[in-house]
Amino acid sequence: MSSSSALTEVPPPPVARTGGARRVVRQLLRDPVATGAAVVILVFLAAAVFADQITALTGQDPYTYHQELLNAKGVPIGFGGGISAEHWFGVEPLTGRDLFAIVVHGARTSLFVGLSATIVATIIGTVVGLVTGFFGGWVDRLGSRVVDVMFGFPVLVFLIALMAIIPTSLPRPPFMVLVIGVFGWPGISRLVRGQVMSLRERPFVVASTAMGARGGHVMFRQILPNALATIVVVTTIVIPSMIATEAALSFLGVGVPPPTPSWGRTLGDAIAWIRTSPMYLVFPGAALFLITLAFNLFGDGLRDALDPRTVKR
Amino acid sequence: MTLLRYIGGRVVGVVVVLLVIAVITYAVFYLMPSDPAQLSCGRPCTPEALARASAFMGTDLPWWRQLGGFLTGIVAGRSFGELECAAPCFGYSFQRNEGVTQLIAERFPLTASIAVGAAMLWLVVGVLAGVVSALRRGAPIDRAIMTVAIAGVSTPVYLAGVVAVLIFGFVLRWLPVSGYVPFEDSPGAWFSHLLLPWTTLAFVSAAVYARLTRGELLEAMGQDYIRTARAKGLRESRVVVRHGLRTALLPVITVFGLDLGVLLGGTVIVERVFSIPGLGTLLIEAVSGLDLQLIVGLTLFAAFLVVLMNLVVDLFYGVVDPRVRVTR
Repeated sequence: MSSSSALTEVPPPPVARTGGARRVVRQLLRDPVATGAAVVILVFLAAAVFADQITALTGQDPYTYHQELLNAKGVPIGFGGGISAEHWFGVEPLTGRDLFAIVVHGARTSLFVGLSATIVATIIGTVVGLVTGFFGGWVDRLGSRVVDVMFGFPVLVFLIALMAIIPTSLPRPPFMVLVIGVFGWPGISRLVRGQVMSLRERPFVVASTAMGARGGHVMFRQILPNALATIVVVTTIVIPSMIATEAALSFLGVGVPPPTPSWGRTLGDAIAWIRTSPMYLVFPGAALFLITLAFNLFGDGLRDALDPRTVKR
Repeated sequence: MTLLRYIGGRVVGVVVVLLVIAVITYAVFYLMPSDPAQLSCGRPCTPEALARASAFMGTDLPWWRQLGGFLTGIVAGRSFGELECAAPCFGYSFQRNEGVTQLIAERFPLTASIAVGAAMLWLVVGVLAGVVSALRRGAPIDRAIMTVAIAGVSTPVYLAGVVAVLIFGFVLRWLPVSGYVPFEDSPGAWFSHLLLPWTTLAFVSAAVYARLTRGELLEAMGQDYIRTARAKGLRESRVVVRHGLRTALLPVITVFGLDLGVLLGGTVIVERVFSIPGLGTLLIEAVSGLDLQLIVGLTLFAAFLVVLMNLVVDLFYGVVDPRVRVTR
């Protein structure tokens, strides 16, 4: 949830040319931590995309109740919350739904909301950062004030409140993408702005302006491509906080509505069963932790690979 | 004189920001929904209650007069018929038949206890860990701290919370895992009930501060004036604390100001995990019970609180770092 502090930790990558995507990929592959993180991310992405096929392996889905697997108190029967050949992660207390299917389909919810919200935030942040950094003056002062205010804002409180006024006829997840994204751009815009301001003074940009290029051309053809490295790094670092925000809202019971699987909601439900069925907490918790950690580590690695100044620490 | 001007400028800025926040909140929550009075009335909503709610909110008036009433209420209080809402009036909950300000005042001590304790714990632990890590750069202790830190950064608060409940509450059975005891009733019980919430919030955020402090201190210790300080023959501890840390802590203070909003959000989650009936729980209740007046009041209060706390941090920063006063 520490989105603001995570962002302020990132030093803006230098303006120097990064030497092409191929060099970056080669450098990332040489970094075992980043490579491992990338593999984890790919596994989760695959789980999200092929959720139906994967759960078909065990012949389960996240919606069917299996009351026969629970005892009279609703606690799953058997080892580790009812782990078996059919139910790899056991079953959910009270309903007996397959926990493996819930976790796999939960990846779909989590990554859909997290990645889409990141895209929304990145687009807004890039445009605002580009415009304020490029034009400067009162545009910049106004933009910076807005960013300053939004930065320290109790975003989660606002998001929770906003969830109350969504008309029930609208589907929740796209709306969540929108609001999480709309509140997530200030950090991105601040970093992009800094990058744009230093690029604006560089000889090739000045030359381009001197040769009569219009503002739009300079902004999108000269400056934007050179700021891409920064934008990519920031995006990677923002993703985990977006995923965590979706899970937080679902955890608090104001996010993705049941029965759509969501790690956050399962974690929220699991508190009540912590004594009798701790494994109910462990699997979705581990999934959420792993994906967040993987994106954080990959973001670190990417930043190092894109930043020639970074000395191996 | 410059300091006074700096403070004056910041205060004026904060007033403007508070006004803008109030207007935006009003617009989002009272103009966007098709029937805000219906949403304020709650469930079940009797026709009388609905009439009362729309009369209080003045839903038949043009929007600028509604906004005017809303803003006046916050500054000077407002009244309608038999309903009296003293300043600062953040609204009136028709579901609970109580002013939002009173509701906030009842729950605020709980949330404040959690937030202040957690913030103190995370600042102290985070900065100390960062300093140790930076001074023993590359040593096993540095790597251990940084490993814990990256795990902390990657752990969402609710996950840390439920794991803490599992380990300390049910496996080890050291601490109570739910509820709240007022400080006046029993300071000991108050402390033991809050220890897990504090640790949970602090674990996640201290990690960020440890990473930040380490980076900043490493950079500061490489500066020329550190070499000068050492060359003067100062003790190493004095070099680190007075010369290195003083510079390194400035960004930490800035980030702390930015994190106040995160802290408040984290408190909402921690209150849910540990079943503490504070402001966060009140907000969740308001959202699930659809009590728009309460939702708006709480949101506004949270925003005001963060902006004002940020002002305090900013002023502190201005006092600590003389450069700030000049550059603004």
